[in-house]
Amino acid sequence: MYKLFLRSLISVLFLLGFSLNANAEFKVGFVYVGPTGDHGWTYQHDEGRKAVEAAGIKTTYVESVPEGADAERVIRQLAQSGHDLIFTTSFGYMDPTNKVAKDFPNVKFEHATGYKREHSNVATYSARFYEGRTLLGHMAGKMTKTNTIGYIASFPIPEVIRGINAMTLAAQKVNPNIKTKIVWVFTWYDPGKESEAAQALIDQGADIIMQHTDSTAPVQVAEKAGVWSFGQASDMQRFAPKSILTSIIDDWAPYYVERSIAARDGTWKQQDTWHGLKEGMVAMAPYNSVMGDDLVKEVEQLQKDLASGKAHSFTGPIYDQKGNILVAEGAVADDGMLAGMNVYVKGVEGDIPQ
Amino acid sequence: MEVQLIKIEKRSDVSRSIYFLTPVLAIFLTLFGGGIIFYILGFNPIEALKFFFITPISDLYGLSELLVKATPLCLIAIGLSFCFKSNNWNIGAEGQLIFGGIVGGGVALLFYNHDGFYVLPIIILSGAIGGMLFAIIPAILKTYFNTNEILVSLMLVYVAKLLLDYLVVGPWSNPEGFNFPETRQFSESARMPILFDGLRIHAGIFITLITVFLSWLILYKTYLGFQIKVSGLSLKTAKYAGYKGKIMIIIVFMISGACAGLAGVGEITGPIGQLHRNISPDYGFTAIIVAFLGRLNPVGIIFASLIVALTYLGAETAQIFLQVPKYTGQVFQGMILFFLLGSDYLLFFKIKFLGLKKNEL
Repeated sequence: MYKLFLRSLISVLFLLGFSLNANAEFKVGFVYVGPTGDHGWTYQHDEGRKAVEAAGIKTTYVESVPEGADAERVIRQLAQSGHDLIFTTSFGYMDPTNKVAKDFPNVKFEHATGYKREHSNVATYSARFYEGRTLLGHMAGKMTKTNTIGYIASFPIPEVIRGINAMTLAAQKVNPNIKTKIVWVFTWYDPGKESEAAQALIDQGADIIMQHTDSTAPVQVAEKAGVWSFGQASDMQRFAPKSILTSIIDDWAPYYVERSIAARDGTWKQQDTWHGLKEGMVAMAPYNSVMGDDLVKEVEQLQKDLASGKAHSFTGPIYDQKGNILVAEGAVADDGMLAGMNVYVKGVEGDIPQ
Repeated sequence: MEVQLIKIEKRSDVSRSIYFLTPVLAIFLTLFGGGIIFYILGFNPIEALKFFFITPISDLYGLSELLVKATPLCLIAIGLSFCFKSNNWNIGAEGQLIFGGIVGGGVALLFYNHDGFYVLPIIILSGAIGGMLFAIIPAILKTYFNTNEILVSLMLVYVAKLLLDYLVVGPWSNPEGFNFPETRQFSESARMPILFDGLRIHAGIFITLITVFLSWLILYKTYLGFQIKVSGLSLKTAKYAGYKGKIMIIIVFMISGACAGLAGVGEITGPIGQLHRNISPDYGFTAIIVAFLGRLNPVGIIFASLIVALTYLGAETAQIFLQVPKYTGQVFQGMILFFLLGSDYLLFFKIKFLGLKKNEL
């Protein structure tokens, strides 16, 4: 009996919440995995939020939300407190986002870098970061003296493997002797671990350091050691002015503004977005002039070609480490293959941790 | 030059009621201090405190979330009270929680797609045993090799964390999960039953309440509890009375580890439903504050866990409604501990000003 009572009470509260929300101002909520001042992943998402705010839409954010049991509560609270569109910006929010979406059919949810869209009000989005890696590979292949590229990797998920492969393929194209050395740190953000990894790679002869982690520690280590580096997620140039050749920038602002306006105007639809250089979700920080005018021009041309579709990061022939063909000559890898990528291409050293 | 001389004297008579009232005083001082901080940040202090402490629990969902958050804190703190009462400083409850989660989660994965009422009890039991075994390590090293249990238990936290990392990235990762560092979602039979539709409060709360009751029974009604308390008050007396100190150290660590293991298994079979790298937002460390705020007393710990849980929820609502930085929650926890320790000091010691004296140096 009391259970029935509670159940009806809850549904009345929910209904009340919905009807109140219908009259309230349109609001967009953001859930961040790190602090807004991380100068990497979360910082860039917050820049995107500020753009939404600048477009005249009210926003709210909650930072440093652990990817455990707390995420569901925070997402639910945002939904309950009248937010109409909620961006959850880390992979670990995938299941909680879908769970809450089920209970709030009138609220729209957008989950970054995930693959589950269990309800019609959940969309997913991510960026083709690998296109930026192709440009880094080109520069690395030309700039290295030791033919060794050091790569600090976070987790062996397709997104990270794709980046390693795209970079290696592009570097091989301009320098066939290139070797890619990888250190897995199994974290997205840990300045201590990241700088140890950078140092280890430099000790092994790498004179180029790149990272698929979010802190500025690796570029700072590279600056001290006098080797080249590339920034990640945001323009990290000011943390290592001499060492950084460029940074891959995640620019979420146009997407966030577009989707927020669509949700406000009622034209929002579920979709799986994967934008790259073409749409500007992946952008490049200014190229360091130490590379020389010729190389900068080459890279700028390659950037244009990738954006226009004239060039593709994964153009065949591509072989795996054992020499089996992955992509035939003249063909390009399709999105399905890219999305599930779990093998290294030829030229990458070591095995993928399983 | 003249200096003020201060003498610190131990008070001989500390009233019991004041001893249990100082935590309340500490909480009021924290509210006051928090209000000042909010004022400096440019918020209306009363309104900000309302968003922090009232709004999060103003509906059923909020109350359920409060209990979900307080459950692991209460369980761990109860276990820790056994250690702390007997002067054993187990700082590694976080590691015991994680190890309990690993063992329980491993069993849950073993029973993947397996129905049966016995599945969940086996998982819970194995989680408790996991935490217990992990806590025995610092206890044995302390009793037989004279190592410092603070260091050993703390360092073992990293061992547990790295082991969990290894398992969820490697052998236990979800085969359909694109290599993401997490296991499969456990089957329904391996999940804590939800008590009310639409809320997350689960059967784990009964485990916590039973544990609290048993702890009270052991601590206050058994010979073992008496031994624990005597050893805490004076180790020499305990030895003189002929208590088996070594066995007792191992027992309190086992109880403490089992409680932390239960908390871990409650999280993964409750709100989380799988193993991944973030099964605990440092519950094991926060529970140390809870244990002391609750005066190492089972009933006190229940209240303390609710209050500390509220600081987490409050930090979230305050950020949603006022955009106060989320770290204010940690500031509040820090303030509670600071005021509690401060008032304790003044409670147990008298500060005497002996007047000015010529400095001879």
